[in-house]
Amino acid sequence: MDDISAMSFEDAMAALEKVVRDLEQGQVTLEASIALYERGAQLRSHCDKLLKAAEDRVEKITLSETGEAVSTQPLEGQ
Amino acid sequence: MDELIEGGNAPEFTVSELSGAVKRVVEGEFGRVRVRGEVGRVSRPRSGHMYFDLKDENAVIAAVSWKGQVARMGLLPEEGMEVIASGRMTTFPGQSKYQLIVDDVQAAGEGALMAMLERRRKALAAEGLFDPARKRPIPFLPQVIGVVTSPSGAVIRDILHRLRERFPRHVLVWPVAVQGQSCAEEVARAIRGFNALPAGDLSGRIPRPDLLIVARGGGSLEDLWGFNEEIVVRAAAESAIPLISAVGHETDTTLIDHAADLRAPTPTAAAEMAVPVRRELIARVAEAGARLTRAETARAEARRQRLADLGRALGRPQTLLTGPRQRFDLWAERLEPGLRGLVARRRGDLAVRGARLAPSLLRGFLAWEARALRERGEKLARLAAQPAQRGRERLDGLAARLRPALDRLNQRVTGPEARLAVDLGDLSVRLDRAMAQRLEDRRARLDHAERLRQTLGYRETLRRGFAVVRDGAGALVTDRATAARAAALEIEFHDGRMAVGAGGGPPVPGGSGGAAPKPARRRAPRGRDGDQGSLF
Repeated sequence: MDDISAMSFEDAMAALEKVVRDLEQGQVTLEASIALYERGAQLRSHCDKLLKAAEDRVEKITLSETGEAVSTQPLEGQ
Repeated sequence: MDELIEGGNAPEFTVSELSGAVKRVVEGEFGRVRVRGEVGRVSRPRSGHMYFDLKDENAVIAAVSWKGQVARMGLLPEEGMEVIASGRMTTFPGQSKYQLIVDDVQAAGEGALMAMLERRRKALAAEGLFDPARKRPIPFLPQVIGVVTSPSGAVIRDILHRLRERFPRHVLVWPVAVQGQSCAEEVARAIRGFNALPAGDLSGRIPRPDLLIVARGGGSLEDLWGFNEEIVVRAAAESAIPLISAVGHETDTTLIDHAADLRAPTPTAAAEMAVPVRRELIARVAEAGARLTRAETARAEARRQRLADLGRALGRPQTLLTGPRQRFDLWAERLEPGLRGLVARRRGDLAVRGARLAPSLLRGFLAWEARALRERGEKLARLAAQPAQRGRERLDGLAARLRPALDRLNQRVTGPEARLAVDLGDLSVRLDRAMAQRLEDRRARLDHAERLRQTLGYRETLRRGFAVVRDGAGALVTDRATAARAAALEIEFHDGRMAVGAGGGPPVPGGSGGAAPKPARRRAPRGRDGDQGSLF
């Protein structure tokens, strides 16, 4: 099974929806359905985590003499 | 020689004096001018100064922009561009030239600028920079968004506001001038700079964005001109990070819009394209989670229900029998009436058919058969009689003819008496023979019967050594006890009877039936005495 924690939100969401569909269609064995459910629960919590991790952080790139990005600093005035 | 010098009293100028005088006149007369013309050949040596020609159909004026002036120009002259150049006239005494020092160049009307833009767009499109196949998909939910724009002003505020509203993200702003001479270069450097950031290393370093937004608010064509510059277009096309362009208003189209992976009509729209709405996602995840739980619960419940059903069915075996039992009762109830009904029905059938089976039926049938037989017999007799009748008639005819001859023959051989005598003799011989035969048969049968009688009778047995013992009264003695009690005994042999004294001898052990040969023989000597005794 692929590593859920490395999945993008979109992939995790798509996987979750497939799990739900598979379960709802009911064409899996009891054992498989339990495994599916567990995977679905992991995918849901991963999605939740990605959604909750949304933080509002705005920084400004500071440039060196030669115009390269050297660091960031909070963007003031907004 | 002196005569040759006309007006010799006119002052003499040195070359430098004249050049200086011309310079003063030119500069004084054309201190500040605006010249409209087409840009001719442009050269920009390492010095940073820019030399170009301005021309129309009939004349050419050399123009120059010093390095500092070039840096401040919003629009750089390009060959073929119809421009209005502003500056002052001056001369270059060293080469006897006059030229225009240009500090500002503007497109000579929108049409001219648009024509140039179109030429540039076609050239870049021909290179494939705007090819749809180059466009990368915008990530569904970017983690870090790089924004290339002015750090102050409405644009970045709008973007940040909309991002925060939809889905707060980590935003890096790369500050650039969004108009003026340095704009194009700064924007291009910002795009390349973001792409140059190392990916996947977030520990204290600047994170590499997975989405870029290049934004600028609305403005004139000249204000937006930096985003039409080739250097910006190329940087956008080369960007490995998906890029959304949002320059100007919806009606403004700059060349970076063609090179971008996605074009947003406004900076706010760019923010909307960049991130999904978090609330909707949370709702979607919650919905999916609820469905997940519901589906699994429903499945488990359905299975539990099924198991319980099966369990109940297993737990009450009698329920298995109720159905069959009921069916049995139903049919069993119907069995006896059914049989009775059948018998009654059969009896009814029998009565009906029996009634028709009266003797009269047979009689009628026999009568009919007899009649048919009779008719056929008569017919047959008739048919048979015909040839027989004919045969008889012929025979009679022949016999009639034969009889006289026969009579004559008889009369000649014997008379009727002779014939009778012969018959009588013959008959008596046959009678004698038959009679003798019958007698012989009877005798043979009689002999046979006699032999049989003798065989079956006891006398023939006596011949074989057996004897019959009787008491004095002539009754048969068949056991020893009787013999012991008897007053006298008589033994019959095959050739006669002999009396012996009763109890005359000691009891013979084992002596049994009087008819036994052994006792008979043993008794014989004494028997002879007895016999004699009885004889006397």
